[in-house]
Amino acid sequence: MGQEISRRTFLRGGMAAAAGLAASSIPGAAAAARAEEKNQLATLFDIRKCIGCEACVEACSETNADQYPNPQKPFPKMYPNRVPVEDWSEKQDVTDRLTPYNWLFIQHATVNINGEETELTIPRRCMHCVNPPCVKLCPWGAARQLENGISRIDSDLCLGGSKCRKVCPWHIPQRQTGTGLYLDVLPSLAGNGVMYKCDRCYNRIAEGELPACIEACPEDVQTIGPRDEIIKKAHALAKEINGYIYGEKENGGTNTIYVSPVPFEELNKAIEKGKGKPHLKPVKDTMAQANNLATAMILAPVAGIAAAAGKFYKLTKSSQQGAGQNERERI
Amino acid sequence: MRGNASEPSKRQYGAVRYVYLLTIIFLTLTGFGQMPVFKRYYIADIPGLGWLAQFYVTHYIHYLAAILFLALFTYVIVDYLVSNPKRKKITIAGYVRGAILAGLVISGVFLVVRNLKGSMFSPEFIIFLDLFHMGLVITFLTASLYCIITKQKWAKDLNLDQ
Ligand code: HEM
Ligand code: SF4
Ligand code: SF4
Ligand code: SF4
Repeated sequence: MGQEISRRTFLRGGMAAAAGLAASSIPGAAAAARAEEKNQLATLFDIRKCIGCEACVEACSETNADQYPNPQKPFPKMYPNRVPVEDWSEKQDVTDRLTPYNWLFIQHATVNINGEETELTIPRRCMHCVNPPCVKLCPWGAARQLENGISRIDSDLCLGGSKCRKVCPWHIPQRQTGTGLYLDVLPSLAGNGVMYKCDRCYNRIAEGELPACIEACPEDVQTIGPRDEIIKKAHALAKEINGYIYGEKENGGTNTIYVSPVPFEELNKAIEKGKGKPHLKPVKDTMAQANNLATAMILAPVAGIAAAAGKFYKLTKSSQQGAGQNERERI
Repeated sequence: MRGNASEPSKRQYGAVRYVYLLTIIFLTLTGFGQMPVFKRYYIADIPGLGWLAQFYVTHYIHYLAAILFLALFTYVIVDYLVSNPKRKKITIAGYVRGAILAGLVISGVFLVVRNLKGSMFSPEFIIFLDLFHMGLVITFLTASLYCIITKQKWAKDLNLDQ
């Protein structure tokens, strides 16, 4: 199949996304609740093709090294004592999990395909959810989503409370203590560094370039393009190979679509999971539960008005019938 | 002397006060729960308060309390407008707190819209909303505390017999 989206069409998408970005900087309600899913860019991972060479992992590190943390030591003492120090600065070479210095890693799964034991390798990084809880639930907007669907954490604003990691269904963002804005505020009492994760090379995309990991891959494992096209492609591929899809529906939809020859249930059992090593389980739409209350929120004032009107009606009626001396009647 | 008609109204405002206090307490607790502070400072370790550190739980309860609060807020305003202007006068302390609450409702509703799928506010606007909502919470709690200490009421009864 190969890279079906040519660089030219991709560039065009990039320009459109950049224009959209400029438009989104107009503050206010005007830029409000439009369904922006159509503008989002997604990537397709054809898991069969990956040979686990880690060229993507290296490319990611090379490209993003200038964004990696440079913590000051010794770290300020944090209170209370239970606050964990997370320091990866001495372990920058770790590549078998996500860390602040490694935003992409390769997961290994030994599975059975047609009676044959096969090792599959799966590149893992942030899924870039369509409605990302890491962004939406960040208490003060340090995490942001771009119009093209990229979610990223602004390392100048992040305080390192790690709420994004907790609310992320895959616990993707990783913390480095001793860096960022919290050092300038109350380092011993609030904050704990900065959270890092894949930003899908937003700056490269803004210039019409491909993300580094896509460009470096010798096997063309990834394809990038508008979400609807990528979904179509994923379905076509899944049909062709009798395969399975992950990421289309998970967490209400993501912009990272994996296609695998074996069910993800099996892959999930076969991979090593844990801190910095995300699972491949089904994920329900985490933001949907509260968002479903939005309708009730619109109706609440109506209920309030109805209750007040009901009371007014009752009062008027009883005063018409009885006492009569209510001054409202004199009006 | 206003007899029967004022009795149920008094009881009703008892209920209003009760729901008001309850929603404000829950909105404040779950609102502050949006920041990762309750776990760090052991508050979530107090038996029965563990939910305060679960972000999706506090997020959901903030929504529920906001719905209740919105219904109550419109009820009180509309009720005042249609039936009370001649009987009650809103005090300055009442206007100030009402205005802060209105600001909280507006910024809160904007934050709810932000959370919807497909909503795209600019990052700058989102930061503004968060800080504005938060600033108003602090202002409101300070103003309320001041009003409680100085025994300032929301409204004054006007003497109808004059
Ligand atoms: C109708 C009224 C309100 C609505 C719709 C509302 C909604 C919200 C939303 C959506 C958030 C962001 C966090 C999240 O997604 O759950 C939030 C945060 C917060 N709310 Fe409210 N809220 C309302 C009223 C209040 C009131 C009356 C208080 C307290 C007196 C309050 C206190 C807070 C605090 C402390 C935060 C966290 C700080 C921040 O993120 O800015 N809220 N609110
Ligand atoms: S560069 Fe391509 S083939 Fe190599 S590990 Fe990454 S995705 Fe797999
Ligand atoms: S996968 Fe996690 S970190 Fe990535 S966008 Fe979704 S919620 Fe955020
Ligand atoms: S998109 Fe960029 S930041 Fe994300 S994993 Fe690939 S190279 Fe790294």
